[in-house]
Amino acid sequence: MSGLNGKARKRVVVAMSGGVDSSVAAALLKHEGHEVIGLMMRLWSEPGMGAAAPHNRCCTPDQMADARRVADKLDIPFYVLDTQDYFRQTIVQFFLDEHRRGRTPNPCIECNRKIRFDYLLNQALALDADYLATGHYARIRHNGQVYQLLKGLDEAKDQSYVLHVMGQSELSRVLFPIGEYEKAQVRQLAAEFGLPVASKGESQDLCFLGDGDYRRFLRDYAVDLAHPGPILNQDGLVLGQHEGLSNYTIGQRKGLGIAAPEPLFVLRKDPQNNALIVGTKAALGRSELTAHTVNWMADAPPPGPIAAEVKIRYKARPIPATVTPLDSGRVHVQFAEYVNGITAGQGAVFYQGDLCLGGGLIAETLTQSEAPLEVQLPEQS
Amino acid sequence: MFGQQIYMDHGATTPLHPAVLEAMLPYWTQDYGNPASSHHFGRMAERGLEKARRDMAELLGTRPQTIIFTGCGSESDNLAIRGVMAAARAAGRGNHLITSILEHKAVLGTAKQLRDYDGYELTVLPVSEYGQVAPEDVAAAIQPNTVLISIMAANNEIGSWQPFQEIGAIARDRGVLFHTDAVQAAAYTDWHLNDMPIDLLSLAPHKFYGPKGVGVLYRREGVELLSSQTGGGQEFGLRAGTVNVPLAVGAAAAFRLAIQEQQSRTACYQQLSQQLITGVLSQLPPDEVMLTGHPTDRLPHHVSFAFRGLKGNELLMHLDMAGIAASSGSACVSGDPKPSDTLIALGLGEAWQKGGLRFTVGSQNSPDDVAYVVSSLLEAVHKLRHLSLQYA
Repeated sequence: MSGLNGKARKRVVVAMSGGVDSSVAAALLKHEGHEVIGLMMRLWSEPGMGAAAPHNRCCTPDQMADARRVADKLDIPFYVLDTQDYFRQTIVQFFLDEHRRGRTPNPCIECNRKIRFDYLLNQALALDADYLATGHYARIRHNGQVYQLLKGLDEAKDQSYVLHVMGQSELSRVLFPIGEYEKAQVRQLAAEFGLPVASKGESQDLCFLGDGDYRRFLRDYAVDLAHPGPILNQDGLVLGQHEGLSNYTIGQRKGLGIAAPEPLFVLRKDPQNNALIVGTKAALGRSELTAHTVNWMADAPPPGPIAAEVKIRYKARPIPATVTPLDSGRVHVQFAEYVNGITAGQGAVFYQGDLCLGGGLIAETLTQSEAPLEVQLPEQS
Repeated sequence: MFGQQIYMDHGATTPLHPAVLEAMLPYWTQDYGNPASSHHFGRMAERGLEKARRDMAELLGTRPQTIIFTGCGSESDNLAIRGVMAAARAAGRGNHLITSILEHKAVLGTAKQLRDYDGYELTVLPVSEYGQVAPEDVAAAIQPNTVLISIMAANNEIGSWQPFQEIGAIARDRGVLFHTDAVQAAAYTDWHLNDMPIDLLSLAPHKFYGPKGVGVLYRREGVELLSSQTGGGQEFGLRAGTVNVPLAVGAAAAFRLAIQEQQSRTACYQQLSQQLITGVLSQLPPDEVMLTGHPTDRLPHHVSFAFRGLKGNELLMHLDMAGIAASSGSACVSGDPKPSDTLIALGLGEAWQKGGLRFTVGSQNSPDDVAYVVSSLLEAVHKLRHLSLQYA
């Protein structure tokens, strides 16, 4: 069933969310005879959002109660870890800082890097656990030399994109028991195990937002981002005024408030000049990107350029590309085709088939035609 | 959890003493009548109930008509405070209540609700660094309209005794009623209530190897109470509802054992507590751990620490994994521990306020258990200290 089949009884901490995936992960491990401990992190959430949304959406009281019920059903201990301060200092702060840099961060990637497979993994090891297990759809394999991360068997549910931050030491200590199953099978297993969660929904991306409205959150928590500035075309001509860079996403068309002969799209953000750069659909496509903070599952970059498929968003299609390692933990990605929606701050994750090789965060992309910019301010009237 | 289990949370509750269970048994299946009924079954039940009342009274050094059986210690506190304040207001005798910041929520929460919703005046007294109320503070807080002073006998979280006799004497001298919440303390001192300056006293048998679901309120004769639960005239008209005879019988049986064995229990618990205190304090520097509450003037079975920069809940998790049951001042299953009000009241800095941990030893604990608890606790502290530095 999981990677431990036939091996000795181990102590495994399962990160439980109350949802079906982590519950089935716990049940599978228990069923295999391991000593299983349920842990749930209490993460920070925006205070003062009223009775409707006072809790982080990854750990509401209902979810806690569900996880507790599952733990009781499985006869395993269950604890809640107060992770609010550390989550706020790392993930929420990172979210705000990245928006200040004009980027669109994926907090789940950062949470996996700093919280789940660092803080939580070490909490589990301190409890003398041999492994930390989570309910992610991905697979870990040892090929005789190194641990490898593979896409989940259910490609539609695959979560390797947000797991690309793991290295050998994490991969050797982590289990993904449901990565070998399709979602439908997981639901069936939940029913077979008699778990009271078989119909639960998915966990939430921006779990710490009181109301799910990140623009409103930024207005409240990063007041400095709310500065209006110019909307420029690629030639630096002012076309209008934006209401703060964080209110816009790359590829956005609606809500720009500009009358133009052709539809205009947000191409990129220039936080240094507080400018929003727009252009036609044709200008939206790019053929390359640079990524920073790159992690390789093998702990080291390949010696030279490699052919790979690259995903630029969680739900994006993998696109054939050449990935070339650069210095300082960066890579250059040359796509075989023009790609829309490349967004600074999102992850660029490299695959060869099912194998996830690594990934990084997308840096600001400058094509030759638009760099450097000279801003032409309109004359005062 | 996977090997032996060591229970050191007797301040939360205790196992039922087998002799107490035996005393209760006939009243579930045999003498199960309603003590208010006049037939044979009722008489048998009433006999058991009144015997229990006489026993409780004898052990507390008072008369049976002062003993009221309630549903729990919290209910006793509520009945005492609400009952006295409401009766005094109805008679125009005053409106003011004095209590302390360290009271159990059954007292403090009740007092605050009376203030916030019912218009009573409330004075909440501070405590010393050992969690003790100064009698002179009590004296200074008394106003012409003061009706009641409620100060606990000993604290649940940090174990300190309160100078409840002195406070009671001040109250009596000034013509104010005195209630003491003795839920934690009842089994660990001698009571001769006829001769003590105490007008109302709450206790809970499940803290001394008796059953849960029953409490006792002592009310000195002549102290006027307005019942909060109305109905039939049970318990002198002060606590309506069919009396739970088996639990009342169990309460008295447990209290008899507690008083009979008080000296031997106290000596045994004190030794275990001291072993635990010394074991921990001798192994950790004083800027990392402290004994909270009074170093000597404390309950014999009670050991409470605060650990700087650590969370009591995480220590509990590690202890539970080691098969040890304890509790923390900010006990909380939702992962959202608030700083302990008690530790704040002692004047501890922010770094200590979530680090409260309480062990309350009991009859089934041995010196070997304590040695194991000390080593497990030190190991957990070491690991969590390491993690807290890494993720500060």
